[in-house]
Amino acid sequence: MSEKVTLQIDGKTVEAEAGMTVLEAARAAGIDIPTLCHHEKLEPLGGCRLCMVELDYGDWQRHVVSCVFTVEEGLVVNTRTEKVDRMRKGILELLMAHAPDAPQLDALATEYGANPRRFPQDASFCIHCGLCVRYCAEVKRKHVVGFIDRGIRKEISFIPEIAAKECNDCKECFPLCPTSYLQAAFVLVESLAFPRGE
Amino acid sequence: MPLLKTPAELETFRSELAARRDPETPCISICAGTGCLAYGAAELITAFREELKKQGLDAEVDTRGTGCHGFCERGPVVVIHPGETCYLGVKTDDVPEIVSTTIGEKKIVDRLVYQDPATGESAVREEEIGFYKHQQRHLLANNTRIDSKSIDDYIAIGGYSALCKALTGMSDVEVLEEVKKANLRGRGGGGFPAGRKWEGSRNAPEKTKYVIINADEGDPGAFMDRTLLEGNPHSILEGLIIGGYAIGANQGYIYVRQEYPLAVANFNRALEQAEEFGFLGENILGSGFDFTVDVHKGAGAFVCGESTALMTALEGRVGEPRPKYVRSNIKGLYNRPTVLNNVETWANVPLIINNGADWFTSFGTEGSKGTKIFSLVGKIANTGLVEVPMGITLRDIIFKIGGGIPDGKQFKAVQTGGPSGGCLPENMLDLEVGFDELTEAGSMMGSGGMIVMDEDTCMVDVARYFIHFLTDESCGKCVPCREGLRQIDRILTDITEGRGTEADIATLEELSELAMEASLCALGKSAPNPLLSTLQYFREEYEAHIRDKRCPALSCKELISFHIDPAKCQACLICMRKCPVDAIDGGKNRIHVILQDKCTNCGTCFDVCPKKFSAVVKLSGEPVPEPIPEEERVIVRKKKKKP
Amino acid sequence: MCTETIDKIIDHHHGEASRLNQVLLDIQKEFNWLPQPALLRISERLEVPLALIQHIATFYKAFSLVPKGRHRVHVCVGTACHVRGAPRILDAVSEQTGIGPGETDLELKYSLETVSCLGCCALGPVVEIDGKTHGKVTTATTADILEQYD
Repeated sequence: MSEKVTLQIDGKTVEAEAGMTVLEAARAAGIDIPTLCHHEKLEPLGGCRLCMVELDYGDWQRHVVSCVFTVEEGLVVNTRTEKVDRMRKGILELLMAHAPDAPQLDALATEYGANPRRFPQDASFCIHCGLCVRYCAEVKRKHVVGFIDRGIRKEISFIPEIAAKECNDCKECFPLCPTSYLQAAFVLVESLAFPRGE
Repeated sequence: MPLLKTPAELETFRSELAARRDPETPCISICAGTGCLAYGAAELITAFREELKKQGLDAEVDTRGTGCHGFCERGPVVVIHPGETCYLGVKTDDVPEIVSTTIGEKKIVDRLVYQDPATGESAVREEEIGFYKHQQRHLLANNTRIDSKSIDDYIAIGGYSALCKALTGMSDVEVLEEVKKANLRGRGGGGFPAGRKWEGSRNAPEKTKYVIINADEGDPGAFMDRTLLEGNPHSILEGLIIGGYAIGANQGYIYVRQEYPLAVANFNRALEQAEEFGFLGENILGSGFDFTVDVHKGAGAFVCGESTALMTALEGRVGEPRPKYVRSNIKGLYNRPTVLNNVETWANVPLIINNGADWFTSFGTEGSKGTKIFSLVGKIANTGLVEVPMGITLRDIIFKIGGGIPDGKQFKAVQTGGPSGGCLPENMLDLEVGFDELTEAGSMMGSGGMIVMDEDTCMVDVARYFIHFLTDESCGKCVPCREGLRQIDRILTDITEGRGTEADIATLEELSELAMEASLCALGKSAPNPLLSTLQYFREEYEAHIRDKRCPALSCKELISFHIDPAKCQACLICMRKCPVDAIDGGKNRIHVILQDKCTNCGTCFDVCPKKFSAVVKLSGEPVPEPIPEEERVIVRKKKKKP
Repeated sequence: MCTETIDKIIDHHHGEASRLNQVLLDIQKEFNWLPQPALLRISERLEVPLALIQHIATFYKAFSLVPKGRHRVHVCVGTACHVRGAPRILDAVSEQTGIGPGETDLELKYSLETVSCLGCCALGPVVEIDGKTHGKVTTATTADILEQYD
C-alpha cells in the first residue's frame, strides 16, 4: 500500500500515497485547505463543501471536494482560484446566517471577505457539520446524539435515556462543535428530558 | 401454472394460448389505471360483467381491466375488440346501451365516440383519434391489450420471447452489444447511455453485481412509470432479467414509491407469477442463469430517486446521497457494481432484443433514439400520457396531440424535466424533442413530465414552486443546497408577496451558481434550472413583481385584488353566498361590492360568477376603483313590454 | 403495545437490518403511527442504534411519531394541480379542518398532508381522502366534500 502518486498542488509537486485524499495529501505537504466537517478520525462527510478545489485538465476544469477525492497520478490541483474563493465566501455567508459569531467561521470570513450578516439571522446556530453525531457513532460507537428530519428542518437530537448514562463521563464531542450549539443542546436535554432519579 | 423449463415449453404454452384465444371473440377492455379508477372504472367493470350476464352474453364476450390507455382527460376509456371501437367518458348508465348496441347489434353509440372539437368529425377507432394518431406507442400500446393481472395475456402477445432469445439464443456480450448499438439513453432524467453503464459494471472485477429498477418516480406531474408498472409489470421485469444476464448480476431490486399501491401490488403479483412459470429463480429456461428480485418500497422522500441515495435507502438507511467520485456502476449498492436504470429504460430492453437495435435507431434524432413517454398535463385540452418518437416538435405534442390550450387561453410556456428542468417559451415551440436539444435550450428531458402553462400562470411563482418543493425534499447534508435553496425560497417568496428588492435578482443568480457548482448531488445541482430558465425567458415578470409590485399573470395572491365591475354585475347573489368570509356587500338588484379589507383573495367569487356576466376582475399593480355611489348600485330591470 | 405483532412483522422481513425501512412501513400501516416501544423493539432485534431509527422515522414523510387522524386528507400540490390552483384549495381545506399540512387535529379526526402527484392530473385539482379521489375540486366545493366524512 505504499504505492506513490505524484500530483501538483498550487504549483508544488507533491508525492502522496495511493489511496490518500487530496486534502490529506495537501495537508501533509503543508498546504492548508479550510474545512468544517472534516475530522481525521471520521469518515469524510463532504457536507460543508468548504474544501472544494479546482482540478485543472488543461482545456477544462472541474471542482471536487478534496476531503473525498482520491489522489490520481498527474492531477493538477488549485486550492485558491477566483471561483473557489467565491464558492467559499458564499458557503460562509450562508452558514453565518446561523452562527455569525463562531470564532472558526469569523476567521474564515475575514480571509474570504464574507459578510457575516448578509442573510437574515436564523434562530438555530447549528451548522450541521455533523461532527458530534459522527464522532459518537464512529469513535465512541454509542449513538447518543443523532440527526432527525431532513433539509432545513434537520436537527441534532440527544436520546435522553442514553445521554443520562453516558455523557457526563465522556463529553469528548464538546470541543468539536464549531459553534457551541452542541453544548447548548445538551444542557437543554439534561434539564428538560433526563430521566429523574438517576 | 406450468413451470416452463425450456424455450420449447414456452413456445408450446404460447401456441396453446393462441389456439384457445379466438381473435374474433368480442372483448370489452376497460382502462383500469389509477386515473380511470378515480373516475369509477372499477364500478364500470362490474357493471359490464353484470350486464353481459343479464343479456346472456357472458360466455361469448370477455371483459378485461387493462392498464392506462393514456387519454386520461377523457376517461373512463372503453375499447371494444375486434374493431377497436373506442368510447370515452363512459358511465355505468351507458353500459346497457353499449352492450346491446355495440356487442349485440355491432353498431356504434355515436354520442360516446370522439369528436374533433375543431372539425366535428367523429373518430370511432382508437388509432383514428387525433390524440393517438400522432403518437408512436411501442411501450404503451400493450397496456391496452392485456389484463395487467394476467401473465397469460402477456405471454399471449409475445411476452418473455425477448428473455428467451437473450438467455438461450445470445451470449451475454451479444445482449450488451445490442443495447449499446441501440444507443438507449436513460429515461429517468440523466440520459446516460445505458449500454455504457452496463458495460462498466460488466467489466468491473467484483463478482457480485446488482441491477435495480428505479421506480421512485418523484417529479410532480409525472406518472409514466406508474402507468407502465400498473399496466404491464412483466415487461419491466423481463427487461431487468435481461439486463442482469448481460452484466452478470443474479440479484435484482425494485425501489418503488409506496404512494403507488396499485403499482406495488401489480408488480408483486407479476413477481409471483414469474416465479411460478420459471422466469425467475434457478436455471431460467434451461439457460443456467439464476435471478431473483427483492421489492423495496419508498417511504416518501423525493431525494431517494437519486441513485446513490436510493442505494443507501436500499441498505436500510436514510436516503442521503453520498459524495462519490467513483461511479455507482463500479461501486454502488454495498460498494459493488450496480446498474440502476429507470422503469421506462428497462421496458425498452425487450423491444430492442426482439426487434433489434437497427429498428430502435430508425426513429429519433442523431443523439436521441427510440420513443419517450411524456405526461402531458397542466393547461392542456388532452391531459394524458403520450408516447412519441424523439425528434417530434413541442408544437406537435402540445397542439396536434394535446389539442392546445383550453378555454381560449394563450400558450405561455412548457416546463419539462420536473424540478430539474426549465420552462421554454412560445418561440421555442419548434424545438425537436431530444436529450441534447432540450438541455441546450435551458431545460432538460428529465423523466418525462411536460407541464403546459398559459397566460394565467405566473412564471415567478413557477420558479418559487419548484424551489420550495426542493427545499422541502433536500436531504440537508450539504450547505449549497440546504442553505442556498432556503435563501432562494425566501427571496422568491418575498418577490411574489411584494417585498422584492433591486438586489434580489443578482443574489438569486449568485446563489444559483453556488448550488450548481458546489452541491453534493443532482438535486441541488439542477435546482436552479427552473429559476434560471424563467429569468432567461421571462425576466420582465420578475422586474414587474419587484419594481411595480405587479403580477402580470394576475396570479400572486398578495399582489392582486378582486373587484366587481359595476357595469357587468347583475346582482345575482351567487358570489355573496359563496364568499367564505362575507366580504361581499350587496343584495337583490343591488350591485355587489367586494369589501377589500375583509377580502382574503381566495378567488371563489371569480370562480362562481356566471360566465355570461364575468363581472369579477383581477387587478394588479393598480389601485382598486372606489365603489360607485349607493344610488347607482340599484339595478332597475326593464320590464318587458306586453304586446 | 403488542410485542407479538411487532415481532411478527420483523420476522416477516427476516430481521434483516437492510429491511429496516420496510419493517417501519409495515408498523406504520398496522398501528397508524410508530409508537416508541416499537422503535425500541426494532432497535433490539435488528441491532440498529435507536438514533438511526429515529432519523429514519423523521426523514421519510410516510412515518409519523404521533397517531394520525381517522381521515387522511391528501391535497395534491403536484405541478399540474398547482397550475390549476391547488394552493387555494389547500388554504380552503386548511381553513375548514383547522390544521395545516403535516398536522392532525386534537380530536384525531383529520390528518392533512400535501402530496406531490397522485397521477390523476386530468382531474386536477385533486383531493384524496381515505384513498378516495375527488377531482376538479374548487374552493367552493371543499366544504361539501369534507362534510361527507365524520
